Amino acid sequence: MSIPKTIGIETEYGIVHRGTEDPNPIAASSLLINAYLHEAGYRSEDGNDTVHWDFIDETPGLDARGCTSTNSTPPDVETHLVNAVLTNGARYYVDHAHPEISTPECADARSVVLYDRAAELIAQRSMAAAEAVLPPGQEIVLYKNNSDGKGNSYGCHENYLLDRATPFGRVVSGCISHFVTRQIFTGAGKVGSEAPGQSTDEVPYQLTQRADFFEEEVGLETTLKRPIVNTRDEPHADARKYRRLHVIVGDSNPSQAATLLKVGTTALVLALIEDDALYREFVFAAPVAAIRQVSHDPTLSVPLELVDGKTATALEIQWELHDQCRKYVEADGSDNLGGPVATEVLDRWETVLAGLEADPMSLASQLDWVAKYRLIEGYRERHGLDWTNPRLRALDIQYHDLRPERSLAARVGLEKIVDDAEAVAAISEPPVDTRAFFRGRCLQHFSAAVVAANWDSLVFDVGADALRRVPMMEPLRGTEAHVGSLFGECDSAAELLRRLGS
Amino acid sequence: MAEREQRRRPAPVEREPAEQAPPAATERSEEIKAELDDLLDEIDEVLESNAEDFVKSYIQKGGQ
Repeated sequence: MSIPKTIGIETEYGIVHRGTEDPNPIAASSLLINAYLHEAGYRSEDGNDTVHWDFIDETPGLDARGCTSTNSTPPDVETHLVNAVLTNGARYYVDHAHPEISTPECADARSVVLYDRAAELIAQRSMAAAEAVLPPGQEIVLYKNNSDGKGNSYGCHENYLLDRATPFGRVVSGCISHFVTRQIFTGAGKVGSEAPGQSTDEVPYQLTQRADFFEEEVGLETTLKRPIVNTRDEPHADARKYRRLHVIVGDSNPSQAATLLKVGTTALVLALIEDDALYREFVFAAPVAAIRQVSHDPTLSVPLELVDGKTATALEIQWELHDQCRKYVEADGSDNLGGPVATEVLDRWETVLAGLEADPMSLASQLDWVAKYRLIEGYRERHGLDWTNPRLRALDIQYHDLRPERSLAARVGLEKIVDDAEAVAAISEPPVDTRAFFRGRCLQHFSAAVVAANWDSLVFDVGADALRRVPMMEPLRGTEAHVGSLFGECDSAAELLRRLGS
Repeated sequence: MAEREQRRRPAPVEREPAEQAPPAATERSEEIKAELDDLLDEIDEVLESNAEDFVKSYIQKGGQ
């Protein structure tokens, strides 16, 4: 039986510091996050600092293939930059030259949508907090996109907990067909192409922001020679029992429906892979070429070459994956996939595939690439513009602008899956059904005693004796059901630790 | 179910055209179209004033 799919998303935001001669994205990211932390009350009155991320257990260079690849560069971990833990269990930090928010661990796809939306609201509050401390005329603006249109990309990474017993080779072969073809609903849309040697004349508009940047099938990198399947083997949990599949191939989605589908369908496909229930697989003759072919074809009709000499379109492969997932849930249930949320995902998946087949433009309230295309094509027609006109590229970037008064995504009528009142609460409240609950509650109640935190432990200083580390190696322990009552009953971190028996 | 099977079969040439979108969806797309027209009417007020400079200066290095 597949294990429960604990899921999280990490989003790197594009950043622009306006009104200054010499913008520095690292300094701007630090200023932005610090301004937010101050504004949100993370610094106590006696000047104590925020709770920092603890890197002691981080090993991003481990490879899931169990070998040391000679041409792989393990990712760097930068420990000197701003790096904070939030009371909703999320992490807010400077990664490379971008502000990044990792959602807390979520137990289903809908919860991911909620915390991804909360992250957008945190980003908006951060921009406002930064504006208040910047000199007049300056502003820091964030963009929820993945490309600058000049060959630079930044990611939206997904993470899924997997059973360690599943052979990694099976994960790779099962995932590639989904990652290549799910682009037809996960794509955030892009004007032009950044693939080497290709111009906007050849590719005026494509489905995804990211497809142009993938050069390998499988590998460890995230910034160079990006692979369709990333092999980072760092479970942030009991490594004897779990893997974490780190997915770097997706776009950031302003559309909540697209986010729901992106993580919901992927969790379903992974459950089938764990149970060895994918009875029909599609193996591409050239997966890297295929990911670009799919992205570069808004007509959704390009035949993808398979190793058996046949061809299939992305839509056909998605129907097949949907059907297999539907049958699996009908036979085996969906308790490990969020129960009713899995059914919601399956139903929306089916509706969206039918819509893509009949008339993709009918999905303008659900899919980013469709909403953006309608907007840009409408503007282009009205003004008689060529696809290379910079105003169209400006519209593309501004679709992702997170300032409420400037965001075009906020104006195109995208359907909401979570309402903003719920998302505002999720800015400070953790999910109740994963270990993020324990992390978040500890920060709400005992932040002065929490010295450091990371995904799988918290370190406390409760006075006299040595620092105390509380391991959290099980992502589904430390929930409200397990430890919720303790926070009402304990007056101090010392008492909490005593009650936990650690 | 039969209807869904018909649409799902991975054989594009023979596949029946998909059923018409349900009325609710059509109404919704009409609404979206009207909203899009309104948005196109006002978009130049929202759009970055110098699109060319803005696009040129939008550079994002050091990402994953």
